[in-house]
Amino acid sequence: MTRYARPKTLDEALALLGEGAWRVVAGATDFYPALGNSPIRDDVLDINAIGELRGIGETETHVVIGARTSWTEVRKADLPPAFDALKQAAREVGSVQIQNVASVAGNLCNASPAADGVPALMVLGAEVELRSLRGTRYLALAEFILGNRRTALRPDEMVTAVRVPRSVTGGRSAFVKLGARRYLVISIAMAAARVTLAGDGMIGTAAVAVGACSAVAQRLRALEAELSGRRPDEIERIVAQMALNELSPIDDVRGSADYRRAAVREIVARAVLAAADDPSRRVAA
Amino acid sequence: MKSESAPISFEVNGAPASVSAAPMRRLSSILREELGLTGTKIGCDAGDCGACTVLLDDAPVCACLVPLASAEGCSVRTVEGLGGDRLTALQASFLANGAAQCGICTPGMLVAATALLEGNPRPAEDEVRDALAGVLCRCTGYRKIIEAVVEAHRFVSSDSSPEAAAGLVPPPLAPPHRGEGDRFAAAATKRAGDRDWAAVPQNPPPPCGEGLGVGVPAYPMARPAKSALGSFSFPPAGQAVGASPVRLDGVVKVTGADRFGADVFPADALSLLVVRSPHHRAAFSFGDLGAYVRENAGVVAVFTAADIPGVNRFGVIPAFADQPALAEGEARFRGEAVALVACEPWAARELDLGKFPVRWQVLPALLDPSAAQAEGAATLHADREGNILVRGFVERGDPDTALANAPVVVSGAIETSFVEHAYIEPEAGFAAFDGETLTIAACTQSPYMDRDDTAKVLGLARDKVRIVPTATGGGFGSKLDLSVQPLIGLAALKTGRPVALAYSRQESMMSTTKRHPARMQAKLGASTDGTIVGMVFDGEFDTGAYASWGPTVAARVPVHASGPYVTPNYRARSRAVHTNGPIAGAFRGFGVPQATIMQETLYDELAEALGMDRLQLRLKNALRNGDETVSGHRLEAGVGIVACLEALEPHWKRALADAEECNASAGAIRRGVGIATCWYGCGNTALPNPSTIRLGIAPAGKVVLFQGAVDIGQGSNTVIAQIVADALGLPLADIELRSADTATTPDAGKTSASRQTYVTGRAAEKAARDLRDQILSHANVSPAARLHLEGGVLTVWEGEVRRHIDLARMEPDGRGLVFSAEASYDPPTTSLDFKGQGRPYAVYGFGAQIAELDVDLRLGTVGLVKFTAAHDVGKAINPLLATGQIEGGIAQGIGMALMEEYLPGRTENLHDYLIPTIGDVPPIETILVEVPDPEGPFGAKGLGEHVLIPTAPAILNAIRHATGVSVRKLPATPSRILAAIRGESR
Repeated sequence: MTRYARPKTLDEALALLGEGAWRVVAGATDFYPALGNSPIRDDVLDINAIGELRGIGETETHVVIGARTSWTEVRKADLPPAFDALKQAAREVGSVQIQNVASVAGNLCNASPAADGVPALMVLGAEVELRSLRGTRYLALAEFILGNRRTALRPDEMVTAVRVPRSVTGGRSAFVKLGARRYLVISIAMAAARVTLAGDGMIGTAAVAVGACSAVAQRLRALEAELSGRRPDEIERIVAQMALNELSPIDDVRGSADYRRAAVREIVARAVLAAADDPSRRVAA
Repeated sequence: MKSESAPISFEVNGAPASVSAAPMRRLSSILREELGLTGTKIGCDAGDCGACTVLLDDAPVCACLVPLASAEGCSVRTVEGLGGDRLTALQASFLANGAAQCGICTPGMLVAATALLEGNPRPAEDEVRDALAGVLCRCTGYRKIIEAVVEAHRFVSSDSSPEAAAGLVPPPLAPPHRGEGDRFAAAATKRAGDRDWAAVPQNPPPPCGEGLGVGVPAYPMARPAKSALGSFSFPPAGQAVGASPVRLDGVVKVTGADRFGADVFPADALSLLVVRSPHHRAAFSFGDLGAYVRENAGVVAVFTAADIPGVNRFGVIPAFADQPALAEGEARFRGEAVALVACEPWAARELDLGKFPVRWQVLPALLDPSAAQAEGAATLHADREGNILVRGFVERGDPDTALANAPVVVSGAIETSFVEHAYIEPEAGFAAFDGETLTIAACTQSPYMDRDDTAKVLGLARDKVRIVPTATGGGFGSKLDLSVQPLIGLAALKTGRPVALAYSRQESMMSTTKRHPARMQAKLGASTDGTIVGMVFDGEFDTGAYASWGPTVAARVPVHASGPYVTPNYRARSRAVHTNGPIAGAFRGFGVPQATIMQETLYDELAEALGMDRLQLRLKNALRNGDETVSGHRLEAGVGIVACLEALEPHWKRALADAEECNASAGAIRRGVGIATCWYGCGNTALPNPSTIRLGIAPAGKVVLFQGAVDIGQGSNTVIAQIVADALGLPLADIELRSADTATTPDAGKTSASRQTYVTGRAAEKAARDLRDQILSHANVSPAARLHLEGGVLTVWEGEVRRHIDLARMEPDGRGLVFSAEASYDPPTTSLDFKGQGRPYAVYGFGAQIAELDVDLRLGTVGLVKFTAAHDVGKAINPLLATGQIEGGIAQGIGMALMEEYLPGRTENLHDYLIPTIGDVPPIETILVEVPDPEGPFGAKGLGEHVLIPTAPAILNAIRHATGVSVRKLPATPSRILAAIRGESR
């Protein structure tokens, strides 16, 4: 007989995590599809009743997204333009039905290479807040998601929040998703970009991340460095020149590796252009 | 998961509910199984299809992904709660706009749209798309759903009552008072037709499905909600054909009351679980099955092939029957059933089939037709050498000489993939004994074939098996074949208890049939003026592990591969090849859609080589009355392809001009325009396929129509009734439907081959005319007399003569009818000779479609802009249903062209296997062309399959027009399109 617990406070949840192995369930939108028609074999820790995990708030240093915050809540939140990519990604996480229940933290813990939320959080420099009875630690997204379906989460830990340093909430951001149909589609590739423009119209800083083209979404640091200090009309040319060595796309049912390599360059350029707010060049994938 | 927890309380449709169940049970399961709210449908259990959409505190969610525990203290609203016992404006709009076809996605659509409309009563189209994107529909092509939501506000009553304020339409339950009925009727008919009808003053016909309850009162069979059809107006006598009344079986589809295969399970039914091969090919043996039953609480019995009392071989074509209900020693494809576990429902939820005692020995599998035909390849079936199931052949004239001498010749090759039907309702049903008769209630397209094959497998006499089709949530060809029937039948036979089974999405996708993948080559030659002189075609069709409809595909393709064009010299060969892939069977068009992709893309290449306009090339060679087909069939009348092409000409010119304008400036996006045609013979190919219809007059004053043509959403319940109404000379509203049931309705054949409107329609027309003749002769009046049925009195008028027939004073027959008639119709066809020459069909339908689209040259993505479709239907019996078929066929064609590729083991769900969403189907302008066929009822032809055929080639031709490149393997995914643009051969 498996166990089920639905604690009302984080302390209770952490206590339970401290005494045994639990499967933490929030929106359950990955839990049930993975289960298929098999019976539940894990002990389930249902965190949906923990009010303190829900909602978006600010501290002096961070914008804090509670682990249980749904994608719909993200989409509707009043956030600066740097979060536009995240809001656009929020609209692409499954359907409205999924977005109404699926959690931001769940998207990270599921660690799918095609998780729509990850690139947009990466360009915000987001960190994951992990808590256990032993304490709290913070990991950058790239340190938290280790591989396909693999994270740094310890058995007694849970993700309690995703936080974005206020120092990186400047500029605008954009998200471009490439899929084989209009809605409700697992990405072939996706790109998020955040760009701050200097007073002279030059690119100040750029952050670019790509998903579904490697086991874990990747920041394109070389491109970011190259873009800094350049004019927005140079974006396409610069993107075209980059090696994009950070990416290692594979062949799968959604697209070939060759295709991903070619297409990702285009969507990266489109995302950066959109984030640099050049409306004449804005084209959705 | 422990289930002894405290009850979980919430509100359902405004009433309190409290359920003691495992907190992680899916809310969908709780609603359906514990609360009896079966309007919430299960399509995938993975959040991919949205059929289970409910409102949780007013927000749409997939109930299949919501743990019961999450409902605690919440308000849940399901389709049953939208209007209570009335229709909401949205539901009325769905009916009037024809937005529900099979009805399986309708509850999810309605619930998602309700959430939108409550915040935004007049949404724009893009807002509707965003809100409904999470619900998949496989029938409608979404266009009528979008219209219904956008126009819902027009159905809100101007009444100031609280019901009206809530958007509820009065008064659906009782026959309408004249005034209210008229007001609402006016709103409804403005959309549905163009005539001003009076509201029907008497009780409207009840929806179909009532016949389901006949004789099996012990089971919770369909109990349709009381009809709300009275709110809508119906055409008067003599004006049913050509009108678009709301579908007669429509009300239950919008209230959630319609009962599909999984909605009728008796409370005392055992659950059946199926053990399936996880390998493409494997030998297997079982461990101790007796011990398995003993050691697993709630497991009642296990069955294997050894338990089958009859002949363990079924198949839709008796001569090719080769499929075991349960495999014997070796599984030939991934997903094949090898054993059954019958258990109590509570045990089914806890049982892990992974622990079933079966040992697999993986054997080398043949997954490629070339490998399967290679020298020395193992044969799947001993008597089918080279793994060839069957070959097809049609030859006319001397194609080799014609092509050798032709000044312009083009040739090419194309490959297509397995395509999954992806109806939103997985196969489901239950079996139980009623006395000595095994009754099976399940979704199906072919009740009589189900009966005969199930009886054979179970060793029962045919008259000891009764098939009662439930509402069928889409079929498209795959529900012609047996699925659950022999399995639940076997378990019911052996246990003596009712047994129920609903396939999971994965089971449905793994184990049922697919569209045949085709590898085709063709060569086409013309004279310099564009006259076609010859064509050769060769098609290899992967028919998978068992025969299914492979022989039909192999037969149909060579007859149709010329397209609707005069082709004096022609040779077409086809072959169906066995592999260890999924079983390929019937799917909307029986191979003709694949062949047409080859043929119609070649026509575009020919036009380019000739420097001719693509439409003009087609028009020049199109079949006309008096021409002979490649089968030597001289078509005397009813050839409508020229009319279709001519109807498209202005649209073609406009689209080409638009494209030129779009492409004037260089950029990543290029506009392309494509055209393609179709022709399709209605009914079986050169084989008998009769339909029989019975009808009569009941003493209460109703025309009772025993309508056995299964309505899987296409509309036969309504269309056949419309034909009957006008042939009989009584209003449509006088007709009471008795839907298919092998115990009560005569055999109207299978719902396939686009045959029901034509073949069953002809039988219905004949039966209705016979009935009319009987009445007229009883009243001793001439054929000019008019009939009127009211309150148990049948009045016959002729000039001054007015005879009242008091029906109650007449002696009813065994079926309770005082007049009755039965008639059959079988299309006059001939068999084909060794060169495929003859008269394979009595009626053909024709059509042509224009696709306009944008290709992103840097991403290889396609954005569809518009379809313009002209289809010759002979006579549109019901224009609204006909356009619904066209829009739905185009949506499936879009999927086949751009995204659908079934790979066993890799795309066995609806997130890896993609079908079009509401955002993928562009506006569709439909032109109904009516070139009557003297053989069809009121001139009508079939339509159901025709509509899908031109779509994919029109899209490929438009992609070629936009980019200059041809995609040679379908689906034309972004990967393949970009590779073609970049000149790579992938």
